[in-house]
Amino acid sequence: MTESAQMTRIGLMGLICLILVTFAALAHDSGFAIQMWIAAIAAAVYIVYLARRFPQGSQTDDSTYLDSVVKAGMIATVFWGLAGFLVGVVIALQLAFPVLNFDLPWTNFGRLRPLHTSAVIFAFGGNALIATSFYVVQRTCRARLAFGNLAWFVFWGYQLFIVLAATGYLLGITQAREYAEPEWYVDLWITVVWVAYLLVFLGTLWKRKEPHIYVANWFYLSFIVTIAMLHVVNNLAVPVSFLSVKSYSLFSGVQDALTQWWYGHNAVGFFLTAGFLGMMYYFVPKRADRPVYSYRLSIVHFWSLIFLYIWAGPHHLHYTALPDWAQTLGMIFSIMLWMPSWGGMINGLMTLSGAWDKLRTDPVLRMMVISVAFYGMSTFEGPMMSIKAVNSLSHYTDWTIGHVHSGALGWVGMISMGCVYHLVPRLWGRKELYSLRLVNWHFWLATLGIVVYAASMWVAGIMQGLMWREYDDQGFLVYSFAETVAAMHPYYVIRALGGVLYLTGGLIMAYNLIRTVRGDTRQEVPMGAFAAA
Amino acid sequence: MATPERDSITGTPTTGHEWDGIKELNTPLPRWWLWTFYATIVWAIAYSIAYPAWPLINTATAGLLGYSSRADVARDIADARLAQGKWLERISTSDLDQIAADPELFAFARAGGAASFRLYCVQCHGSGAAGARGYPNLNDDDWLWGGTLEQIHKTLENGIRFTGDPDTRDSQMPAFADGILTPAQISDVAEYVLKLGGQTNDAVAAARGEPLFAENCASCHGETGEGNRDLGAPRLSDPIWLLNGSKDAIVAQISNPRMGVMPAWKGRLDENTIKQLAIYVHSLGGGEQPDAQ
Repeated sequence: MTESAQMTRIGLMGLICLILVTFAALAHDSGFAIQMWIAAIAAAVYIVYLARRFPQGSQTDDSTYLDSVVKAGMIATVFWGLAGFLVGVVIALQLAFPVLNFDLPWTNFGRLRPLHTSAVIFAFGGNALIATSFYVVQRTCRARLAFGNLAWFVFWGYQLFIVLAATGYLLGITQAREYAEPEWYVDLWITVVWVAYLLVFLGTLWKRKEPHIYVANWFYLSFIVTIAMLHVVNNLAVPVSFLSVKSYSLFSGVQDALTQWWYGHNAVGFFLTAGFLGMMYYFVPKRADRPVYSYRLSIVHFWSLIFLYIWAGPHHLHYTALPDWAQTLGMIFSIMLWMPSWGGMINGLMTLSGAWDKLRTDPVLRMMVISVAFYGMSTFEGPMMSIKAVNSLSHYTDWTIGHVHSGALGWVGMISMGCVYHLVPRLWGRKELYSLRLVNWHFWLATLGIVVYAASMWVAGIMQGLMWREYDDQGFLVYSFAETVAAMHPYYVIRALGGVLYLTGGLIMAYNLIRTVRGDTRQEVPMGAFAAA
Repeated sequence: MATPERDSITGTPTTGHEWDGIKELNTPLPRWWLWTFYATIVWAIAYSIAYPAWPLINTATAGLLGYSSRADVARDIADARLAQGKWLERISTSDLDQIAADPELFAFARAGGAASFRLYCVQCHGSGAAGARGYPNLNDDDWLWGGTLEQIHKTLENGIRFTGDPDTRDSQMPAFADGILTPAQISDVAEYVLKLGGQTNDAVAAARGEPLFAENCASCHGETGEGNRDLGAPRLSDPIWLLNGSKDAIVAQISNPRMGVMPAWKGRLDENTIKQLAIYVHSLGGGEQPDAQ
């Protein structure tokens, strides 16, 4: 970059910083002031960064892949993952032991719960998706990421979004839309970042040197495009003032509820399913060193999945004010979604034919494979729970929480961590991981944690549902709500234990990765080999 | 086109594409997968014909089965009403004493009251009706406003200090720290109240408090602290405390009193339910007969 261009950029950032400080000064509420200060500090840090590089600017070698941003993404994934798991354990314990709310507004379950869900879905999962998509799209297109350092803007812009969202929750700022809690100004910011992400991805596809677009990229692209659409429509809102946090949704009543679940369900479908299927389609064949099982299946299940998923949202609103016809459609589209979802599982698992023996020696591949197995389980459970008769028992109970976590911890978490294990040695130029045996420990702790979590929530949820609908022979309800809560207590404790196991596995991962990056190798008996007698 | 490359392990041809070393096999769709997919589609179409499904301009297809979730609920409620109808009818036409005297009717009313209690009352009085600090225990015979069926019924209907109901049970305890008594006098009265309740107390201070009590408190709480149910003034001469029986708590209560509020349920619950609740609460252990007072 020329000196004048650098000066212009610094000046522009200074102006933005000044505007943000002005907003902070004029803010109508302290929450908005704090949020604007955070954004202003971020801008100021960037100015300092630019100034320190002046006048030579940052030098990049455009002939190679842009992998530094992927490295940063790995660090962010692990960091936010641990933060999200930790908050999850905390709120699980709060449900079992309410005293842990500490009677403080900032540590109340109501504020920490969105902190947990956003941290694991958007901070952990989102960083994993962005980083791996940048890695995969470059290699499968044989092209450097498009638009210079725009990918870096995506990375840092996304981290700023996370920080604004998270601090906002703690301050009590929320628009109370599940999985879309951040208020209007954060929504606007993430829209800008997301469009930049789309541009980088599309631009890279555009300049690819391969004749065809690899299946992983179809899934990544469908994820990026659909999430943009879902985000924009779901967050249509009118701010009370441009200097305060509060806004009101454009929709009301049941239309609002349906918009919200159209978004909410497809956040699961396109963020947590399509995006991670993109991850699977590159890393499973790569790790197993086998061809993808079926090209035809990948086409058919891709198009059927993205066509059917978008209609399934109403199953979150069974037996509500939503008209019956919409409930029916939500349910039948969910049922039809079963096989398209399983197409991904089949392609993931069958890619291992001829390489199953590697599971014995490669716990990273094993992690990827069990994630696909959990994916298959959750995508069977989901359609089943969408059946109205089943839903009348399961809805509003902790069965739903168990279902979400078998998908989130099992599928999303395990595939992401498998990819991180695969990528970190390659990105940092290390021959192998510090220790495969520690990966093995992580694998078993996490798997056990998920099983404990899901099983306790099945039992608790079904018990809760049955207690709610229990009538005596005279036609009166048998249990009070508080009695069902008391009955859940032991399962809440067991669930928290499952979370602790999962978090412990995550900590082992962080240690293993730090040692890997430092270039250490643990002296250990290789996986699958018998210890010398 | 040249013969496609075949995978050496499975013998399946590849598509000939390759990305970063990843190839794809041209395996056909698994039959079981495809047929299951078709089956779910056929089932979905059939279901959408049987049930309300497809949106039209102003309405939606109603489905051949004529199903409607609202009609379903209405039917469930009607069935439940029918099953309970005989009993509900008898409760409506009987007064509380008649209900209590008929063992079968009493059993039904008590069960119904218990169910409603779990829904509307446990939030304050607890699922075992044992109360909490500031919320009376309903299992004992220490009643603030009376423990006969009629009195409980009246409390349920009109509530206590409930602003929305002109007939609500009402009384106010003055804030004695507001220029009526000095802090030292309040402390003395509190010692006397401790004495009334049979707790350890400073005998000298309690003696100073006794005339103050007679002058300021006895009009509501009674000469010997026996309370007054017409005013909802708690009995002070027993070890049961609504708030807390410690000296500090008594001083706080005299200085700046807390007074309980209970909503009026008339209008929110139907008369039948309120009767059932009265029967249930009366049956918990402390229910009184009118002549026992």
